[in-house]
Amino acid sequence: NSELFTLTYGALVTQLCKDYENDEDVNKQLDKMGYNIGVRLIEDFLARSNVGRCHDFRETADVISKIAFKMYLGITPSITNWSPGGDEFSLILENNPLVDFVELPDNHSSLIYSNLLCGVLRGALEMVQMAVDVKFVQDTLKGDSVTEIRMKFIRRIEDNLPAGEE
Amino acid sequence: MAIFSVYVVNKAGGLIYQLDHYAPRADTEKTFSFPLDLVLRPHDERVVVAFGQRDGIRVGHAVLAINGAEVNGRFTADGKDVLEFLSNPANYPVSIRFGRHRLSSNEKLMLASMFHSLFAIGSQLSPEVGSSGIEMLETDTFKLHCFQTLTGIKFVVLADPRQAGIDSLLHKIYEIYSDFALKNPFYSLEMPIRCELFDQNLKLALEVAEKAGPFGPGS
Repeated sequence: NSELFTLTYGALVTQLCKDYENDEDVNKQLDKMGYNIGVRLIEDFLARSNVGRCHDFRETADVISKIAFKMYLGITPSITNWSPGGDEFSLILENNPLVDFVELPDNHSSLIYSNLLCGVLRGALEMVQMAVDVKFVQDTLKGDSVTEIRMKFIRRIEDNLPAGEE
Repeated sequence: MAIFSVYVVNKAGGLIYQLDHYAPRADTEKTFSFPLDLVLRPHDERVVVAFGQRDGIRVGHAVLAINGAEVNGRFTADGKDVLEFLSNPANYPVSIRFGRHRLSSNEKLMLASMFHSLFAIGSQLSPEVGSSGIEMLETDTFKLHCFQTLTGIKFVVLADPRQAGIDSLLHKIYEIYSDFALKNPFYSLEMPIRCELFDQNLKLALEVAEKAGPFGPGS
């Protein structure tokens, strides 16, 4: 039953809008909060799913969409639009549980409602030594037909590697 | 009591959690008259038995208390030097408690950092690429099992050499950590874990693993 979850997320976003008054700041806060969630969620994910280390961005994409999204949001986004270098891809979400029943009003046209998800993905991957850039490029709340999240691999984080990974 | 201790080490090698789960070794308290038939000597910050064994008092045992009052390193509770006190016949008969010295928390911190470095050496010595670090260390009295997560946190369990099922116990401890430490918003990452629920659930998991005995919890 995800009603409480949708309501809680909605209450969070609206309160942030009241507190910060400008959409850009709210987007930043959502990303920060998502990051804090991501760095903790990754351990829960690894403890429960027993997935090993991904050595390739394609593997990472598969694990994110088929295991992680399924585990936490109950959806399986599809993976498309690979860049020629294999370092960027898109996650297409047909439906997004965070935005059930939500309509964006005109005065919040630059608000990225589900920006928390970007922070979560960024934080989680940083803990497994991958620096990525995550952003929304299409959003059903803004009139697009699907919600599209673009993920770009920036680099492997080499400092503080756990022993045995080189 | 087949699982002796649990240590959790963060990414930087700092000890963030430690639990001792064994029954304290029997301390021996006896009354002595002058002269003392045990040879005592100072060692680090303690006074230990150098020679002479009887009635449960072994070489290496430290002086833990004199006349019921716990000693403070090499000094008695009221500040007198232990060895001086015991060489004065006027202080006899005296009751002394001997026992095996337990590691202090500073010593545990140091040992955890050392283990963190040795763990890395394990993977560097390997002839194969991409080897893990030290997973098990065996001595005649215990086996140390170590599990490093993909994020760099290490869970270390010291157990009886015959205890089985430690691998699944390590995974269970990982789950307990991800639940009761990480999902507690007031716990900051990489800091010492001071969460009641984590303690309680960990102790429960240890008891389950011990009851399963040398055959493992059926996994």
